[in-house]
Amino acid sequence: MSVDTLPISIGFGGGAELLFGNKKNFAISLPVQEITKWQISDLLKWIQDNLLKERPELFIQDNSVRPGILVLINDVDWELMDTINYVIQPNDEIVFISTLHGG
Amino acid sequence: MSSCSTKCGKKAVLKRPKTGDVLCKECFFEAFETEIHFTITRAKLFKAGMTVAVAASGGKDSTVLAYILKILNERFNYDLRLVLLSIDEGITGYRDDSLDTVKRNRDDYDMPLTILSYKDLYGWTMDEIVAEIGRKNNCTFCGVFRRQALDRGAALLKVDCIATGHNADDIAETVLMNILRGDLARLNRCTSIITGHGDGIARVKPLKYTYEKEIVMYAYFKQLVYFSTECIFAPNAYRGHARVLLKDMEKIDPAVIMNIIHSGESLTVNEEVNMPTLTKCSRCNHVSSQTVCKACVLLEGLNRGLPKLGIGKSSKAKKMIAEHDKKKYECSSSAENKQCICKNDPVGNSIDRKNDVTW
Ligand SMILES: [Zn+2]
Ligand SMILES: [Zn+2]
Repeated sequence: MSVDTLPISIGFGGGAELLFGNKKNFAISLPVQEITKWQISDLLKWIQDNLLKERPELFIQDNSVRPGILVLINDVDWELMDTINYVIQPNDEIVFISTLHGG
Repeated sequence: MSSCSTKCGKKAVLKRPKTGDVLCKECFFEAFETEIHFTITRAKLFKAGMTVAVAASGGKDSTVLAYILKILNERFNYDLRLVLLSIDEGITGYRDDSLDTVKRNRDDYDMPLTILSYKDLYGWTMDEIVAEIGRKNNCTFCGVFRRQALDRGAALLKVDCIATGHNADDIAETVLMNILRGDLARLNRCTSIITGHGDGIARVKPLKYTYEKEIVMYAYFKQLVYFSTECIFAPNAYRGHARVLLKDMEKIDPAVIMNIIHSGESLTVNEEVNMPTLTKCSRCNHVSSQTVCKACVLLEGLNRGLPKLGIGKSSKAKKMIAEHDKKKYECSSSAENKQCICKNDPVGNSIDRKNDVTW
């Protein structure tokens, strides 16, 4: 089976969606020509270039997410999945939840 | 893929910041709920038969708090009557959605809900205040009014205690802010799990030792609906910096949160330091370190068209209040005069209110 793209879904919650035009879910296809092994760190760059319209510093810091933003990969805490080094698989669900917004 | 630290055989879904344990969903729920139960029983936060108002904002902390108090109340027979209390600041487009969330909590958790507005309590909405003073000092007004609003609401509802959703990260942040400001009076008090029980309605913080990460993960896995937004007016810059600093340190070592709380708890204030003594506000009877409480000073400014009054330490403010009180004394001799500002208190002066300096 040959694949030209890597289809995944990404979600934003807890107020992080406010940085993405208030949209919570995106179905995206990552190009696999240049990058064959997509890691979360690559995805973060892709998000910054393609989805993040304003104030990137509120989402990204030092090649990772800003401290206080939780990441779940297929409903598992990314701290159990090697965080930014996790290699993304087809149809992964990656969710970013802010803890920084009002409670 | 890691498996659960309890050796239950299931797949771990999160790493706990407090202990470093990796837990499956079921073991996490169990640990999360049991720890809050232990916090409640160890600190004797509640007594059987009490009516407890959950201060509900529609945000993650108060949503999780309402849910958890409901299940613990049933599981461990606390025998509490739980109600929801929300404050509507009157900020167009800000509270509308969060109040919808609170109404959903009311229906989902089957708890009666009371919504009190700043307009009801003070005669001003935040929109009106911002129109008057601009966006520079509005958080001062909003914060001072909110602290008293919960007490006034609790008095109206005749509850025994108010439970707030402050979590471990919030408390560590406040300790840090009080250190940065050199505010010794608040430094020790802000870590207390119960405040105000001596002189008014007690406030308790059942989530005091609960990490923000776990609250958000719990809400996510339980699919609890909450609302998150930043206040549309200028956010509190100072608190924002403290929060960023704390989150950066927490990333390196999550134990800093508990360490800061323990430091705040253990600090004792040197007796040589001049601690403010608490008296009651001569206007509204709320506990205050001044003869007129901050809320009444701010209201006086607003009602006189001098909204800057009361922001910062101004002896001018006190002089004006003193002048006004002289007039108030004169006019209250005339029972017909219902226009007088001193009759504006919608709750009544006989009600004991607590401390406006702690949050
Ligand atoms: Zn387990
Ligand atoms: Zn007062």
